[in-house]
Amino acid sequence: MAKHDGETSAAAGSAIEKKLAREVSAGTAVISSNALENPGLPPHQPRVTDLDPKKEKAAQRRVIWLFTLSIIGSVFAIYAYIAFPIEPGNLTSTRVNNLLVGLGIATALLPIGIGAIYWAKNLMKNDELVEERHGTRGTEETRAAAAEVFRVGNEESGFGRRTLLRNTLIGAVVAAPLPGIVMLRDLAPSADPVEAFSRTMWKAGTRLARDGSGTAIKASDVTLGSVFHVVPYDLPEAEHKLEEKAKAAVLLMRLKPEDFVHNITPGREDWHYHGIVAYSKICTHVGCPVALYEQHTHHLLCPCHQSQFDITREAAVIFGPAKRPLPQLPITVDAEGYLIAQSDFHEPVGPSFWERS
Amino acid sequence: MRTSSPKPNSAPRQRATGRRSPLATVALIAIGLVATGGAYALASTTATATNPAIVHQASADEGKKLFAANCANCHGLDAAGTDEGPSLHGVGAASADFQLGTGRMPLAMQGPQGEKKTPQFTAEQIADLVAYVASLAPGPALPEDRYLQADGSASKGAELYRINCAMCHNVAGAGGALTQGKFAPALAGVEARHIYEAMVTGPQNMPVFSDLNITPQQKADIITYLKFIENNPSVGGADLGSLGPVSEGLFIWIFGLGAIVAMTVWIAARPN
Repeated sequence: MAKHDGETSAAAGSAIEKKLAREVSAGTAVISSNALENPGLPPHQPRVTDLDPKKEKAAQRRVIWLFTLSIIGSVFAIYAYIAFPIEPGNLTSTRVNNLLVGLGIATALLPIGIGAIYWAKNLMKNDELVEERHGTRGTEETRAAAAEVFRVGNEESGFGRRTLLRNTLIGAVVAAPLPGIVMLRDLAPSADPVEAFSRTMWKAGTRLARDGSGTAIKASDVTLGSVFHVVPYDLPEAEHKLEEKAKAAVLLMRLKPEDFVHNITPGREDWHYHGIVAYSKICTHVGCPVALYEQHTHHLLCPCHQSQFDITREAAVIFGPAKRPLPQLPITVDAEGYLIAQSDFHEPVGPSFWERS
Repeated sequence: MRTSSPKPNSAPRQRATGRRSPLATVALIAIGLVATGGAYALASTTATATNPAIVHQASADEGKKLFAANCANCHGLDAAGTDEGPSLHGVGAASADFQLGTGRMPLAMQGPQGEKKTPQFTAEQIADLVAYVASLAPGPALPEDRYLQADGSASKGAELYRINCAMCHNVAGAGGALTQGKFAPALAGVEARHIYEAMVTGPQNMPVFSDLNITPQQKADIITYLKFIENNPSVGGADLGSLGPVSEGLFIWIFGLGAIVAMTVWIAARPN
């Protein structure tokens, strides 16, 4: 009796028996007895606009008003574009034009959307309905027909039978993208990228020049407490100016020699010239330009991630995520008193890379 | 005298009587004294009013008294510096005028950085103090007026500003943070002469940009750029402090996304 009548078994309080009964009736899916019952749709509640014709009229007026506002906005945008033109060289006119045209277009578009939704929510037919999903599996006939299409296609083309033809087609498709891959490889530097990372434009005798004007800097120009933003003097002749500048940018500072000479590691004693020091401007963390120099603390701050370097201690990292000091450019002066590089940097500038030791 | 002008008409007679008057000599001397004294007084007052750079001893003497009363506590009676404050020998008129004119000196308290405030001295007192500091040792002089007119090339100034200044002061001059409580101040509303003096002298932790690095004309161009962005509105509307992604991102996350969320809630809500 319990096997065939679910209700009776539920009334008897036997969960096992009920589960068995449900399994039999569902046939395909396992439904546990404690599954959440589908609560169904909440009861239909009529809106105030359904009940009260006055409110319906008011809602309709509101939508009409919104659409009218949109028309006014469009007209205003056209008016503003003509009445407040952008005058070349006058930033105020640009600002006024942008502001008014923008307000006009916003007033033209936004009320259309708000009005449409308000219309749909308050005035259109108010029914709740459920659309059930259909099963994903096709009927047996459809499946058989589809398999037949493939079988006939294979038979007529001989795709399975003419194996050499098929295999050469596969080979052709595989080979087709290879030229693209070969060309992609050429996006990398043609020379050894490690070499490109490790060298800059600086070489013995290259004059230090001001960034911007490109004029060479005399040692006597660099007064105590000064900071110069420096590029190689021959940067304008470089083949890839921006790439070379990105590696070769240098910050030049003048300190009192007694502030830092006791911290110099052996072998670097003559890298400065009477307290004038040059350090790479490229942060060793991720390569931002480090140029926020504090004259009295001699700290250099990187604005991106707040790495700090102490210029009195060969740009040692004193704070932040950078791991290595900024590379120092050895400098001296030439016969005319201009600052020149003694050599390139003695280590790669900028952030770490895979092959960097 | 009488024999020298014996002509029989009325005019010489009047002249002759005027000359003879014993008061004439006294009056003439009095007029002469008043005229020269007045002219001298006028000249000296206009000179101090238009250009306080003129170091005349009287002003520097006044400045020395003011210095002893207000500054010597930290800088020392001879302005040679103490543990509390640096020596002022050689800092020049430009430095003193900047520090006093922007109210940074005298300091309200020791801290990471002297901050801008209402100047504590009158313009005359500042001129006296500047004259005194300038008389101590040679140093950067006050800028010439022709470089402060903001009539140079704003585009050249903008390039120089981006290379030399923008990393600390922000590309729109809105200022920015440095290390350990120090900061680069905003540049809007700063007088042209103070901008110039700051570049020449490198106040506090700002580096020096001497005339050998950035020429006076280039400094004038930078001032032109700063005054241009100060006096012209941001074309994009509200600049939200020109602080870049921080203020702009915060605004769009709160108000932009907030508006979208509110709209979505309204669209999905049941009509009443």
